[in-house]
Amino acid sequence: MIAFHEVSVRYPRRGVPALDAVSLAAPRGALTAVVGPNGSGKSTLVRALVGRVPLASGRITVDDRSVDDAGRRALATRVAVVVQREEPAFPLRVHEYVALGRYPHLGLFRAPSRADRDAVMGALMRTGVVHLVDRSITELSGGEWQRVRLARAVAQGGDAIVLDEPTTFLDVGHEMGVFELMSRLAKEGRAVLLVSHQLNLVARFADHIVLLHRGEVAASGSPADVMQGAVLERVYEWPLVVTRDPAVGAPALVPLRAPSRD
Amino acid sequence: MRLSRWALIVVVLLVAAVVGVAYGTLRLTPLEVLHGALGTGSATQVVVVRQLRLPRVLLAALVGAGLGASGAALQGATRNGLAEPYLLGVSGGAAVGAVIAVALHAPAAVVPLAGLVGALAAVALSLVVARASGGQGDARVVLMAGVVVGAFANAAIMVALAGVDANAVRGALWWMMGSAADATWGQVRALAVYVAIGVGALLALARAIDLLALGEDAAAGMGVDVARVTLAVYVAGALLAAGTVAAAGLVGFVGLLVPHLARMAGARTHRSIIGAAALGGAALTVLADLVARVAHPPAELPLGAVTAILGVPFFLSRLRRLT
Repeated sequence: MIAFHEVSVRYPRRGVPALDAVSLAAPRGALTAVVGPNGSGKSTLVRALVGRVPLASGRITVDDRSVDDAGRRALATRVAVVVQREEPAFPLRVHEYVALGRYPHLGLFRAPSRADRDAVMGALMRTGVVHLVDRSITELSGGEWQRVRLARAVAQGGDAIVLDEPTTFLDVGHEMGVFELMSRLAKEGRAVLLVSHQLNLVARFADHIVLLHRGEVAASGSPADVMQGAVLERVYEWPLVVTRDPAVGAPALVPLRAPSRD
Repeated sequence: MRLSRWALIVVVLLVAAVVGVAYGTLRLTPLEVLHGALGTGSATQVVVVRQLRLPRVLLAALVGAGLGASGAALQGATRNGLAEPYLLGVSGGAAVGAVIAVALHAPAAVVPLAGLVGALAAVALSLVVARASGGQGDARVVLMAGVVVGAFANAAIMVALAGVDANAVRGALWWMMGSAADATWGQVRALAVYVAIGVGALLALARAIDLLALGEDAAAGMGVDVARVTLAVYVAGALLAAGTVAAAGLVGFVGLLVPHLARMAGARTHRSIIGAAALGGAALTVLADLVARVAHPPAELPLGAVTAILGVPFFLSRLRRLT
């Protein structure tokens, strides 16, 4: 559904491109994960999708239509994006914040309808944050805030959801909760595109993994294809081994200690 | 925001307006105010109410409404509680225009127009500078451009004043400090149209401002055309401020303080914040104008100084809650 075709992005005053002819696709009904070291271009991919950085070449399409032709608002009715950094300047209540997800459907003038209110309520229930509706978003814990942001994206509707590091700062339980929710959204038929540092969880949940390295695709395929010790060691520049998780059988990365210098 | 709070703001505004018309060298009762306004009172009452005080109170209210709405929208779009209507060099540009007019011995009626032209030029320059540096959609770059253009304008004033005689300096300074003293019905009508359009435009943009307040990337992900909407908010907010400057000079602090008061009163989405700040700004400015008139008769205090004197202690007392 979402596809990047040979996308290149250059930031001004940088010699190397942030993205260099990157192609990848996030089809409906699947969880597609983008992984890679810091600075490999993962977040640039998301910023390019929402039009915050211009493409030097290539194009991004949603259902074969270029995102530039569709218009930002029309695009947002189909693709919900949870960006990496979001720091509200002024406090809102959780229900008000989640309702902002309906903006692409409402525009500046239309009043929220029954369908909009239902979408907000449904999203609050799906993400398990109904009990937080009257809290201020500035008073939430890290885990609550991430789930409320997910609720906002789910309320936005559409059939694709893109998340940039949604489990940063979350403990194990909350992190698993987020991955389970993403997995369910994919199984229901949505295209889920996830940017993450959590290689081991991605290996368990994702249908397809794209490994980025210095703005280029270093590997792409099923978890078993991408989770190869030699490739990961080169990309992350750290000694590591890939084993099999004894409990669930998924490929699991184990970083080793730095080689001793004496 | 709760309905009772809206009602309270409207009541405060109405009471402020009635008291504003009633008080002065000639004191009137509320009933006399009504008779004066309807033209059924004594000839003096009718003249005082209709020709002197009502236009003045209305002008102050419109100035306050424009500044409050402008400040609320700009604080939201820049995600910065220190943003205010004179942000994009409006105050500096207006002052340069006025000082040039005074220095050239232009008639008094030309001074506000020169101020408006100066303000508009400064806004245009700030936006062009921000655009040239590629930061049009980046609130920090726009803020910085406005600050720098404002600083340049202040330096230009100092240079200009060095070569002008003392009386002209006083005239220019007085105009810069703000006053609703010479209000006419013509001014009121012109500003009413201007403020209605400006506040209307900002209210129309309010939903997009809610999203911008979350961050530019987040807003883009929710379908906001960040560069276009921020530009629209800056232009509408700055033009609104420039219009009030042409009507009453520089009235500081209203646009900074009132949006915070609106949020304290429980307004959270920008449609409420902008609406409440417009009403609250009107009430505050009418009261400040009243104080400016009656505090030290027969002399008048500068309106801009009174708003700051009333506003600063309050702002300081609530500083902890604002940050």
